[in-house]
Amino acid sequence: MALAEKVTSPLLYLRAQTRWRPIEIVFWLATLLPYVLFPNYLSLASQIAITALFALSLDLILGYAGIVSLGHAAYFGVGAYTAGLVSKHGWGEPLTGLAMAGLAAGIVGYASGFIICRFRHLALIMLTTGFGLLLAELANTLGWLTGGMDGLQGIHTWKLFGYFHFDLYGYTAYSYALATLFVVFLFARRVIHSPFGLSLRGIRENHVRMPAIGAPSQAHLRTIYTIAACIAGIAGALLTQTTETVSLDSLGFERSAEVVVVLVLGGAGRLYGGLVGAIIFMVARDQFSGIEPQYWYFWIGILLVGVVMLLPNGILGGLAKLSSRWSRS
Amino acid sequence: MSLPALATRGLAKSFGSLVVASDIEIELPQGVRYALIGPNGAGKTTLINLITGMLRPDAGSILLDDADITALPPDQLVRRGLVRTYQINSLFPHLTALESVTLVVCERTRVARTWWRQLPAYSHEIDEAYGILSALNLDAVCNRVTRELAYGQQRLLEIALALATRPKVLLLDEPAAGVPREESKELFAAIAGLSREITVLFIEHDMELVFRFASRIIVMVGGRVLVEGSPEEIAADPRVRAVYLGKALDTTPARALP
Repeated sequence: MALAEKVTSPLLYLRAQTRWRPIEIVFWLATLLPYVLFPNYLSLASQIAITALFALSLDLILGYAGIVSLGHAAYFGVGAYTAGLVSKHGWGEPLTGLAMAGLAAGIVGYASGFIICRFRHLALIMLTTGFGLLLAELANTLGWLTGGMDGLQGIHTWKLFGYFHFDLYGYTAYSYALATLFVVFLFARRVIHSPFGLSLRGIRENHVRMPAIGAPSQAHLRTIYTIAACIAGIAGALLTQTTETVSLDSLGFERSAEVVVVLVLGGAGRLYGGLVGAIIFMVARDQFSGIEPQYWYFWIGILLVGVVMLLPNGILGGLAKLSSRWSRS
Repeated sequence: MSLPALATRGLAKSFGSLVVASDIEIELPQGVRYALIGPNGAGKTTLINLITGMLRPDAGSILLDDADITALPPDQLVRRGLVRTYQINSLFPHLTALESVTLVVCERTRVARTWWRQLPAYSHEIDEAYGILSALNLDAVCNRVTRELAYGQQRLLEIALALATRPKVLLLDEPAAGVPREESKELFAAIAGLSREITVLFIEHDMELVFRFASRIIVMVGGRVLVEGSPEEIAADPRVRAVYLGKALDTTPARALP
């Protein structure tokens, strides 16, 4: 009896790690609240879901693999423009548009990963920043393709499943963005609980040791970088499809920096960090820009400084610490 | 005599004018327990870094089972069975002991490329990892986060990680560094109990442990191999005595040999 328990316990422990916790179910049920509580804010809610998805993609590389990127909007932008161009040229079907955008961003991510995944620390930040700027200027220059400064005009998103049209109130937009977020989240959750996910955590914890245990770190990093680029592209496509516009700021430096802020606010490396961060950031922005249209970044700055100083692991990190202290005492 | 498990030919390395390895020729027959000794700065860790591909030699070659492995990157060497541990713990602080060893097993079986199935589905890998931890008496703490383990347990985990790669040649850089004497004996007993198919080279400063657990000894000084021989030969060698002048070699433990 005791022996059997001893043999199975390690497996049980690992299995428990992958199990759904009640708080997760509560969280996802709460994402349905905007329909009832804030029906006038569904457009904002869909923006939040899109930002959350974008932050989730960054979490996979930053939080889990330790790739600090200041150019992640490049993939968001590739996705956004792909979806826009496909729609502009006569194919406005949302789901296939989403898939094409994810594929395009994934290809760009895979190709750039060969360079980016070889570096770490400051060099990595500079490389990703440079790559982001490069792509943004490229989009600016190729005015005939992207519309340049004016943005891409003439995008029309067809009805979802040929039935739900994208209404002014954002019912369809929010449902579509939320459903996409949830499906991708399930996928990401599976990835980080896989043997591959364990290797990623190994790279984050001690990348120097990885080659000494026979791990092909760079190949692992390229895989997750491609996956993350793919998801970022899907997020970009969602923005295009729900707003029916694409502008240069979809791949600008500001968006890259913003998503890092969102993730750090929420807490990197815990899947939900980007989601919680997106809610707080977007709601704060909405409120602050209502009060002070000119200076709302001031308050975001205060929020960021406050969170980083008081809760170095983000809001979720702080909550986790609090709850573990609670359960111990 | 059969082929050596590991051999180096004319290995040399310098940083600018500082020569850290010069014309190093060693041959490790399979299954032998080698100690690598020498004063601080003799180039012992450098030699391990050179052999395991962490440093590129300026000249010379390294042979594993008679195949030239000099140009291979570290992770390829591990795949071929040449594995090291570190003098200073190099672990995964926030992974549990079991997760750490499972990670290594998954890398070896190439399951680590799988991102579409969850980890608990791989019970073979997990069981193997648990078995390695049990053999090193770490099973009771297998679900503890690495950084919460006692220092001696972390040293054992360092070895567990290496064992999980199924090494043919194991290079241990001061496995008992920082461990209290009593515990370091236990640690070396664990090393001595390793399968005889594994060739072991360890760096150690404690001469009692060296003479008790090594079947052959290599002495390095100033980036060169001074002498190689059985513990009795080394203990009797006047050159070795000269190197350790003032730190007289305690030869009595030689009787502890079988």
